[in-house]
Amino acid sequence: MNQTLVLFRRMTDYPADSHTLDRYLETGGYEQARVALGKTRDELVELVKSSGLIGRGGAGFSAGMKWSFLAPARPAYLVVNGDESEPGTFKDRQLLERDPHQMIEGMIIAAVANEVHEAFIYIRGEYPKPARRVQQAVFEAYERGYLGPNVMGTGYHLDITVHLGAGAYICGEETALLNSLEGRRGEPRLKPPFFPAAKGLYMLPTIVNNVETISNLPHIVERGIDWYRDLGHDVDTGTFLFSISGHVKKPGNYELPHGITWRELIYDVAGGIRSDNELKAWVPGGASAPWFVPSKHLDLQITKSVTDTSGSMLGSGAVIVMDETTDMVAAAERLVRFFAEESCGQCTPCREGTTWLDMILRRMLDGGGRAVDLDLLYDVSDNISVGVGWPPKQTTICPLGPSAVSAVKSLLEYFRPEAEEHISRANRVPLAIKGVGA
Amino acid sequence: MSEMITINVDGKDRRVKAGQPLIQACLDTGSYVPHFCYHPRMEPVGMCRQCMVEVESPRGTMMVPSCTMNVHDGMVVHTQSDMIKKVQEGMLEFLLINHPLDCPVCDRGGECPLQDQTMACGPGESRFVEEKRHYEKPVPISDLVFLDRERCILCARCVRFSDEISGDPLIEFTFRGANNQIRTFPDEPFASYFSGNTVQICPVGALTAAPYRFRARPWDLQKVASTCTHCTTGCDISVDSSQNQVLRFNGVDNDYTNHGWLSDKCRFGFEFLGSDQRITSPLIKGEDGEFALASWGRALDVVVERLSGIIERDGGGAVAALGGARGTNEDAYALSKFMRVAVGSNHVDAQMDDGLNAQFLAALAGRGRINDLESAKTVLVWGPDLKEENGTLYLRVRRAAQTLGARLIVVHPRRTGLDDRAAFKFGYRPGDGAETLRKLAAGEGDFAAAREVLGEGSVIALVGRTGYTEDPRLAEAVAAFVRDLPGSSVLTLARRSNTYGALDMGLAPTLLPGRVSADDESGRSLLASVWGELPGAVGRDARGILQGVRDGAIKAIVLQGADPFRDVPDGALAAEALANAEFIVALDMFLTDSTSTADVILPAAAFTEKEGSVTNLEGRVQKVNQIVAPPGQARADWSILDDLARRLGKPLGFGSAEVVAKEIATVAPAYAGVDWDAIDTEAGIVVPAGDAAQPLHYVPVAGWSGNPSSADPGGGKTMRLHYARTLYDDGVLMRNGLSLHMLAPGGFAAITSADAARLGVAEGDTVIVNEVELPVRIDDSLSNGVVYVPFNQSGITSLGDSLEVELLVKEAGA
Repeated sequence: MNQTLVLFRRMTDYPADSHTLDRYLETGGYEQARVALGKTRDELVELVKSSGLIGRGGAGFSAGMKWSFLAPARPAYLVVNGDESEPGTFKDRQLLERDPHQMIEGMIIAAVANEVHEAFIYIRGEYPKPARRVQQAVFEAYERGYLGPNVMGTGYHLDITVHLGAGAYICGEETALLNSLEGRRGEPRLKPPFFPAAKGLYMLPTIVNNVETISNLPHIVERGIDWYRDLGHDVDTGTFLFSISGHVKKPGNYELPHGITWRELIYDVAGGIRSDNELKAWVPGGASAPWFVPSKHLDLQITKSVTDTSGSMLGSGAVIVMDETTDMVAAAERLVRFFAEESCGQCTPCREGTTWLDMILRRMLDGGGRAVDLDLLYDVSDNISVGVGWPPKQTTICPLGPSAVSAVKSLLEYFRPEAEEHISRANRVPLAIKGVGA
Repeated sequence: MSEMITINVDGKDRRVKAGQPLIQACLDTGSYVPHFCYHPRMEPVGMCRQCMVEVESPRGTMMVPSCTMNVHDGMVVHTQSDMIKKVQEGMLEFLLINHPLDCPVCDRGGECPLQDQTMACGPGESRFVEEKRHYEKPVPISDLVFLDRERCILCARCVRFSDEISGDPLIEFTFRGANNQIRTFPDEPFASYFSGNTVQICPVGALTAAPYRFRARPWDLQKVASTCTHCTTGCDISVDSSQNQVLRFNGVDNDYTNHGWLSDKCRFGFEFLGSDQRITSPLIKGEDGEFALASWGRALDVVVERLSGIIERDGGGAVAALGGARGTNEDAYALSKFMRVAVGSNHVDAQMDDGLNAQFLAALAGRGRINDLESAKTVLVWGPDLKEENGTLYLRVRRAAQTLGARLIVVHPRRTGLDDRAAFKFGYRPGDGAETLRKLAAGEGDFAAAREVLGEGSVIALVGRTGYTEDPRLAEAVAAFVRDLPGSSVLTLARRSNTYGALDMGLAPTLLPGRVSADDESGRSLLASVWGELPGAVGRDARGILQGVRDGAIKAIVLQGADPFRDVPDGALAAEALANAEFIVALDMFLTDSTSTADVILPAAAFTEKEGSVTNLEGRVQKVNQIVAPPGQARADWSILDDLARRLGKPLGFGSAEVVAKEIATVAPAYAGVDWDAIDTEAGIVVPAGDAAQPLHYVPVAGWSGNPSSADPGGGKTMRLHYARTLYDDGVLMRNGLSLHMLAPGGFAAITSADAARLGVAEGDTVIVNEVELPVRIDDSLSNGVVYVPFNQSGITSLGDSLEVELLVKEAGA
């Protein structure tokens, strides 16, 4: 199956220098920013709303709607979320590193649409090369008058600041990101009352958009909403960037239309399972998403609505494929440990609950599992995410806690016998080598 | 009053205040919602997740933390659904899995929200079989506070208090996730004047106070509501004791005064009460100059014999009394009546040469209330550094500026604790106050914007002397300026806890009980109808009294909780006076530099050992209650004075503090409505002040133009002195409360870096100010040409209060 190249077009055609301003200009760059500078806020918000562009940070909310909620107070800020830290996700890295001007042009469009004169790009600290490329691109854009006090001679003023995170997953959550940007601890804010569109950066109206979302904008302005909608499938407009990793033959980033099936994605696009092993399960939309299994989900269409109603989410487009050799308890433990380590520790259920879940899973792996542990795992999960359902009914401040529950829920739902096997094996391990007190 | 709306909680309609947090509405109307991080005096953070409830909405029933949602009319709330009960139990289980459960050795055990809420809503047993988190414990994070991170449930109450309320954010979270922990910053102790509040609001035993650790079990404590007597704010406190020992003070949330907070001096300043240095028996100085124990009868006989001898020989005017501002109104009234009736002298002064006009303090026209800070658009503070002298009032002003959005204007010769919240801060050199006021009133230059703000209405001014060298008329001139602003009120700032009460009881040469001017004939005749004949001669104030004793015009002196050596700015004058007195009787708790010069010392009861009333700076009369017996033979001052008067043949007629209070209500017009039960409430009773119906209605002098300006210092060694108090000093109560005494900064001489360069000295070098050697500190918040020395630090008893001093550099090796 062929990719539908839009966002990845330039870097595919010119792999050597797609990140340079010269190449960007030669391929029509910054023309759409000029078009946007001639439009009003209402026109641009309407354009993006009608395009059906969905935010690509994971929550899947309409980008145009988000813009329309911006409170009237000014100054307002634009923050591009390049903290891409959801395990399995690496698409923004490619956009940042190999086509930074595409994003900057998108930022000019978003700034004009939201009457913003000061914008920020927050890039995760583990992305030094993308950050250097983006910083270089911002410098070039300033030099050539695409940024600064007089953008492209129109008198529009726009400054962009590049900021590196310090290595916390939670700073990908938009309000924690704003705290981090302000120099505070990266902890999510309470919503209500701190919705960024009303009380965001420095308590002023703020638009936070993902790198991929922003990178779509020049194309929507250039080619219009009909073209954009035709690219997609039904309400899922445009293309979608998938980061496929795990036990497939051809892992990597792929730009694809919505509407293909998981079978096509895994076996056709990604080349199938390594060593032609059996597919055991996959994470459909980032580590926070409940898993899919071949017996139930392989022929589902990849659209937001189908995925949502099937008990998971497309999220950030990260697909992690696990084959028959995978120990599912170990897989769950690894995912839960990630969330436990990345919990900001602010609210009780996430701080204590995720850590507890991980301790139980680790004890099971270490041969100390008890018969009551599976019910305990479920009940602890229930106290983080009431009903252990999807979408989660969280007792936490932000969705990080319920994200840890996703793996536990998937383990118990699809691989309970395997977990029970771990426990029954535990009883044959001499206590002395369990290394646990339980 | 805010608008009332109706919400439905668990099927019952409740009338609640519009816009308040849902949790508070539930708690106020009898539906208990468990919680840890929510505190009504701080911003909600929704962190503990214990207060989850269900709220019905158009999109279905939502589970929300009730602290982060405000009520609206018609809201339907469920606090007891099965799901909520399960969640609440789950949260408690989470909080307990890493909690050490060392309740048997925890100070909090028995009064612990975590214990209580586990009992009410928690799981019966733990399912946690893993190893708990471990940290080094306890960690001393300051000289007063210990931190136990294992007990901590990470509710951020301490973090928020120090950031939002006290403005010294020295305690914070570090690390994240399960390692999230409370810490102080490296090399920075939790050196807050208000650190004890974090101990009080900690919902577990994670923060404990050094003076109370392991001293008692809560169920063994007796408690009584009382009023703090460390400064003039009049904070509501709970005094806890066990086995006749006072062990702890806690702040009580009072809407009118302290909002539940206390400064550490007030919270931990109880240690002197149980000091083994307390005087427990009357003492008579023998021929050899040594004190010997005596019976009450013998001691009183000696006092009566000596006093009556002097009165007969030289008249009542040869006797004077100093003090009375540290006790209750009843003690002050007893001294006032004793001196006027039994002795026949008007030489009485409760203000130890603090300088401000007694009538200005007691009967200021347009006197405000502390709660004016809740509504004022502008707050002007031109007086002592409130952080050093009126701790909880300082917190109220911070709240006005930080939370309520009032514009704060601070005028002070040095930096103050409020500067970081001030919209305008004006420094000046001591002595230039009148000129500074003139510029502010005229809106000249830098003062233009502040003057404009002051003219926009609803102003409360807190006015007092910034230091001992400042002309006391400046404060009156500031008050007069503020009085003429639209929508303004003024609070004066006197030193010493019950100064306002003592002045109201007539402990000033110019005042009679009830804020009656001493020369008011109708007031005199009303008083005479109860008291009998009043002495006619005009009395002397504290400085006049000390000068009189020094010069021999006054022979005998009664010290009531007074330590002139350390209380008055001119300690040398006090020393000369006390050395020259023919007879000194002291009513005191301790042997001090001053009381040791006395001929007879009568042991006095402290405020936790007697009943009475006190009056704060806004005229609020509140109750002081007894919880322990006085040590040894100590007695309440009023009772001692009653006994003395009877032996002098002029009985005062006091059988109990309540009897004294009733007489006060009879003779003092302002206190007519003060009822013993009514003052034992949260609001107490505010005695009317400053309105035209009162016998004295003091209108401060406007337009005072100041002293003729002295030569401009600068160039020479002559500097202007700024001499002001710090929270911790070498006062007698501090010296006998060891936890706090070690926190006193000690003496130093602060000058600007420019002056230091000019004089050729550096930080730590020694300079000599009025013969006192002091280490130099650099402080560029001062103006050039000014030297700041803290008052009453060990080694500085006498710096004097002259505006100009010579600053001499001590040569190395000299």
